[in-house]
Amino acid sequence: MYDKIWESHLVRNVSGEPSLIYIDRHLVHEGTSPQAFAGIEAAGRKVRRPDLTFAVMDHSVPTKNRELPLVDDNARLQFEALARNCKNHGVRLFDMFSRNQGIVHIIGPELGITQPGLTIVCGDSHTSTHGAFGALAFGIGTSEVEHVLASQCLQQDRSKTMLVKFNGKRAQGVSSKDLILALIGKIGISGGTGHVIEYGGEAISRLSMDARMTICNMSIEGGARAGMVAPDQTTFEYLEGKPFVPRGREFNFVVDQWMELPSDFGAKFDKTMELDAAQIAPQVTWGTNPGMVTSVTERVPDPNSFRDPDEQKAAVRALEYMALRPGTPIVDISVDRVFIGSCTNSRLEDLRAVARVVRGKHVARSLKAALVVPGSRVVKAKAEAEGLDRILREAGFEWRDAGCSMCIGMNEDVLPAGERSASTSNRNFEGRQGKGSRTHLVSPIMAAAAAIAGHFVDVRDLAVDATE
Amino acid sequence: MYVILPSTRRSNAMQPISKHTGLVMPLDRVNVDTDQMVPKQFLKALTRQGFGRNLFYDWRYLPGEVPNAQFVLNFPRYRGASVLLARANFGCGSSREHAPWALLDYGFRVIIAPSFADIFYNNCFKNGILPITLPDAQVDELFRRVDANEGYQLTADLPNQTVSDTQGLKFHFDIDDFRKTVLLEGLDDIGLTLKHEGEITAFEQRLHPQATVYEAVDFKQ
Repeated sequence: MYDKIWESHLVRNVSGEPSLIYIDRHLVHEGTSPQAFAGIEAAGRKVRRPDLTFAVMDHSVPTKNRELPLVDDNARLQFEALARNCKNHGVRLFDMFSRNQGIVHIIGPELGITQPGLTIVCGDSHTSTHGAFGALAFGIGTSEVEHVLASQCLQQDRSKTMLVKFNGKRAQGVSSKDLILALIGKIGISGGTGHVIEYGGEAISRLSMDARMTICNMSIEGGARAGMVAPDQTTFEYLEGKPFVPRGREFNFVVDQWMELPSDFGAKFDKTMELDAAQIAPQVTWGTNPGMVTSVTERVPDPNSFRDPDEQKAAVRALEYMALRPGTPIVDISVDRVFIGSCTNSRLEDLRAVARVVRGKHVARSLKAALVVPGSRVVKAKAEAEGLDRILREAGFEWRDAGCSMCIGMNEDVLPAGERSASTSNRNFEGRQGKGSRTHLVSPIMAAAAAIAGHFVDVRDLAVDATE
Repeated sequence: MYVILPSTRRSNAMQPISKHTGLVMPLDRVNVDTDQMVPKQFLKALTRQGFGRNLFYDWRYLPGEVPNAQFVLNFPRYRGASVLLARANFGCGSSREHAPWALLDYGFRVIIAPSFADIFYNNCFKNGILPITLPDAQVDELFRRVDANEGYQLTADLPNQTVSDTQGLKFHFDIDDFRKTVLLEGLDDIGLTLKHEGEITAFEQRLHPQATVYEAVDFKQ
């Protein structure tokens, strides 16, 4: 599938220089674009295809009352720069007051900007999310943002390919988040470096689009720039009727094209790996990168249990940072705050699953806060129409406006130093959610269950499923 | 090899790099992510300049921006270092180009590691930083030498693709020819791409129906 998309996007392919590939959709946000716009202006260039470029404010937007003046001057200056750049160059912008505003990787698919077979880039490493539709989507740096703005092309070398098959069925209470965390735990955070991962197998084809996006989203946490899932009926049903997807006869026409995308039988991959989905339990990270992860039934590992001396040192350091003792059962770890959100897990299905867990219950008294930050205003509106906000509020959660929020803490949603979170986001790096903060990555229902209990629990005991 | 035209030299002043000799600073940690190089609070910038003082901010400073004497960057013996010796998977995580901007602004021109994360590796070349990949054993040897010799310097010779010291050590490294040329000449890769304007336009017109966007008439922004 990667090869098909790659080959159909080659603008120029001459030996001795990198290939020039065409970019179909360029997503832009306030954090990594100001220097790129400044660059093209300094060079006297223009945005080649503003019609293929979509901008949104997401990284630093407040999730409380947006009508109030922004207190953060630097954030305000970035928003103003994005608005000015979009106006000057004719780029469509979903500003923080747009009804369609949200995290760039949530709104792309939700509006149908993301489609199978497209090349999609964004100055954000979690662009891999869009691969869930059978698109080739990857994160780029600001210089490459400038490159795409100016030329709608990128100089790229062909990646290696890796097939990851999740065979069998997930157990009840096991989410797509657990599948991807288990994979990263196995291959490590650089296991996918230089590769594009294609996910397949029964457990993947049974997943909804929301859940497939969670998988592809975290491909980068395994070192792979892109992750992909072959488009199928689930994909087409999701996309039909979305604002930027053709309708009627034209839709049937594009679906016929999309059906050509899946890898041919017997397609060759540089690496292949198979996992038994039925054997995967809910996952909880214990360290300071997403590969430092274990099953909820396990204990915090002993650094001496790692063979590699560098890994031993890293584990010692991680446990010190996380203030955890080797041998502590994961379920004995208590949390201070719970964050439900981020481009990994803030879609409607995630919020429904959280609501199923917390309905009629209340967050633990020991909890300092529990936040639900919908991935987009569209998700928020749909959730409110279903009454999810009421269920969550009654359970003691704060119901916020859409944005990246506490995943990265660029707005005021910061995890204080020394505090411990159960978070549905994608990175547990030192300081990620706030300087000195301690992050445990989990699925939405695991985070919800931890909010109720005040510590991690095996959500399988609650007999709630992760998906509809 | 590329034919270099004056118009393809980079406008935003990327310094070419050919042969560089400098003091080596060791950073003995695997999987150093870009969140550590430049924490999020410094991403709200509009320019590429001035990130050096924030490099490794959370490791480097104690509360009140007091330098943390325990962190290697603050060791007097490594003051003025321009060659960074690192461990595997250097630069993983976020795509933020602020990370190489900060390294460069601090003064690092060469980074040596057993492996780099893809996006970071790519970002280095856009900013005149030479990332050198060497086998684990050779990196181990360099760590030993830095530790044993105060003032230890390395020379990275890009044309000859070698790393050497004054004690007779010389390692060869591999690098993609095109990337090598871009660094040696300080090329503007956007300018290079735009020279193929004709091919881009032809591609859009002939081959590529996806390069149009459908939009529902009733879509409300």
